[in-house]
Amino acid sequence: MAIFIDKDTRIIVQGYTGKIGSFHAQEMIAYGSNVVGGITPGKGGQKHLERPVFNTVKEAVEQVGAEASIVFVPPAYAADSILEAADAGIKYCVSITDGIPTQDMMKIKNFLRRFPKDERMVLTGPNCAGTISPGKSMLGIMPGHIYMPGNVGIVGRSGTLGYEAADQMKRLGIGVSTSVGIGGDPINGSSHRDIFERFEQDPETKVVMMIGEIGGSQEVEAGLFAKEHMSKPVVAYIAGLTAPKGRRMGHAGAIISSVGESAAEKVDILTALGVTIAPTPSAMGETVAKILARL
Amino acid sequence: MDIHEYQAKQLLSEYGVKIAAGGLAYSPEDAVQRAREIGGHVWAVKAQIHSGARGKAGGIRLCKSHDEVEDAANDLLGKRLVTHQTGPVGKQCLRLYVEAGTSIVKELYFGLLIDRAHERIVMVGSTQGGMDIEELAESNPDALKKIHIEPAVGLQDFQAREMAFAMGLHVDQIAQAVKLIQGCYRAMRDLDANMIEINPLVVNNHDELVALDAKMAFDDNALFRRQKISELRDKTQEDPREMAAADRGLSYVGLDGDIGCMINGAGLAMATMDMIKLAGGEPANFLDVGGGASPERTEKAFRMVLQDKNVKAMLVNIFAGINRCDWIAEGVVQAVRKIDMKVPLIVRLSGTHVEEGRKIIADSGLPIIMAETLAEAAEKAVEARNQLVAAEA
Repeated sequence: MAIFIDKDTRIIVQGYTGKIGSFHAQEMIAYGSNVVGGITPGKGGQKHLERPVFNTVKEAVEQVGAEASIVFVPPAYAADSILEAADAGIKYCVSITDGIPTQDMMKIKNFLRRFPKDERMVLTGPNCAGTISPGKSMLGIMPGHIYMPGNVGIVGRSGTLGYEAADQMKRLGIGVSTSVGIGGDPINGSSHRDIFERFEQDPETKVVMMIGEIGGSQEVEAGLFAKEHMSKPVVAYIAGLTAPKGRRMGHAGAIISSVGESAAEKVDILTALGVTIAPTPSAMGETVAKILARL
Repeated sequence: MDIHEYQAKQLLSEYGVKIAAGGLAYSPEDAVQRAREIGGHVWAVKAQIHSGARGKAGGIRLCKSHDEVEDAANDLLGKRLVTHQTGPVGKQCLRLYVEAGTSIVKELYFGLLIDRAHERIVMVGSTQGGMDIEELAESNPDALKKIHIEPAVGLQDFQAREMAFAMGLHVDQIAQAVKLIQGCYRAMRDLDANMIEINPLVVNNHDELVALDAKMAFDDNALFRRQKISELRDKTQEDPREMAAADRGLSYVGLDGDIGCMINGAGLAMATMDMIKLAGGEPANFLDVGGGASPERTEKAFRMVLQDKNVKAMLVNIFAGINRCDWIAEGVVQAVRKIDMKVPLIVRLSGTHVEEGRKIIADSGLPIIMAETLAEAAEKAVEARNQLVAAEA
């Protein structure tokens, strides 16, 4: 079934009746995602896009069996919406919202840890393009048509750079099992490593492509995990070779603040760990093709 | 967002951190007046710029008379100070903080920051104050004590005590240290700070713990709920181009190269800059125009990039997802028609409605160089830049 979502996954949209939520809900429905309703506190009982609106996530879980949610709520209220989803028993949540305070993310991560692992909601994002299992379901804001169904799992921090990778692959006839955006924030719901674990267990995924960038240590942690626990080959590209130390490059988390956080250092470490590096961003597709040809 | 030392000290003193008597001065007369008010015989005149290592750059002067205070103020005000954190351009000193001299028995390091990997606040302490903490972390990591704080229960006194002992404090100083550490932690939480650094934290000859320097940085994402902190912003300390871009909803970072860039998405922007470097060029900037690259926004972004007089070629790389290539192409054509472009423009479009987008640019009759792939775009940009430079020479 690819990872996180398939064609039957029952999806709700948090921030459903807002302009952005409505627009992307329509896009997801057009793609074929099983959107079963949405949440806008105070508008419960109404219909929107021919689907029910609920006041609370709990009602959506009870009444339409919501399993996954996507959050379009503005940054000041996003943490609250994510916590509500976790509390209501949502299994998988994508937060698109950009600009959530770091200490709110600390609170969310801490709250999620209270649940036993098998009951814990998985959060990806915030500040990401979402997740897509091509041909099955789209839980995000990406252009669905650039993804071809297939066997490469993509995990990346950046939205458009992820599109670039999927597009390069499609031109080479390579498809994607699931593409997961983990977002560009310093603290995010799931790490590269967390997604690696899922891809390793997914029978549809044969190769994993990681799109990393400067800042933090997540790419290296994922590389260590791959070396010790993965049978599937991993390809990686790390953006930000030209980024100077101490300057934030757009993403809140894209800043080199200590040793090991630059692109060059990450590339060296990952190479030593046996990860195949795409030497340039225009070589992501062909590097994956080479690895696939060897399988 | 960064703030000045004097602002950090005022904030922290509200949380029970002891600081020396001091006052702000905008002129040499102010500085002497502050010294008079403070009294005593020794004062530190400190340049207020958003950077550490001010001492090494000559930004902190110890003065033993009012005349010396006046001289120091005269020298520092208006001066650009260059440290390893400011870049070669340095930062201009427009404010001074005049502080009573403190007798130093011991110099320590204390800081709180957000540990991304652990997703927690971590406190860091050392017996070796006054040193650059990054240098210390590299040369002598064992001299740094780190304690992570569990967000659900917050900082516990036993942790603060453990830190105080690790910083080599005397039994009689522990209670004071716990109060200071707890105060800093509360400030971190209450104010959405990303970082608090007291370096050095000194023990004076009255056995008191005093913050001799203080630095705080705040989470930009949380400023919407920290009005009081937002008001502390000093725009003179920030890059004017980056400020102007932020006001227009663009994310811009000025760099030293000469190939200007406009890209949608931070990751793709970094990747395009990498590609320019690999093709033998140097990017002049990072610029993320964001998702909805409307014609108005595109024009603003063009103006932003071309404002940098070093720019010898401009590369536009857009991967259209929800917004479409034809809309973006319209925006580019409109922007180029409005702005008198003196440098070659290379455009690479990809994604939704790409053919229509390319046609709009081709039909415009404008001298725009088109590229299909990321690699081709970077190569063409470097080539165009080289030709322009050769022609100018």
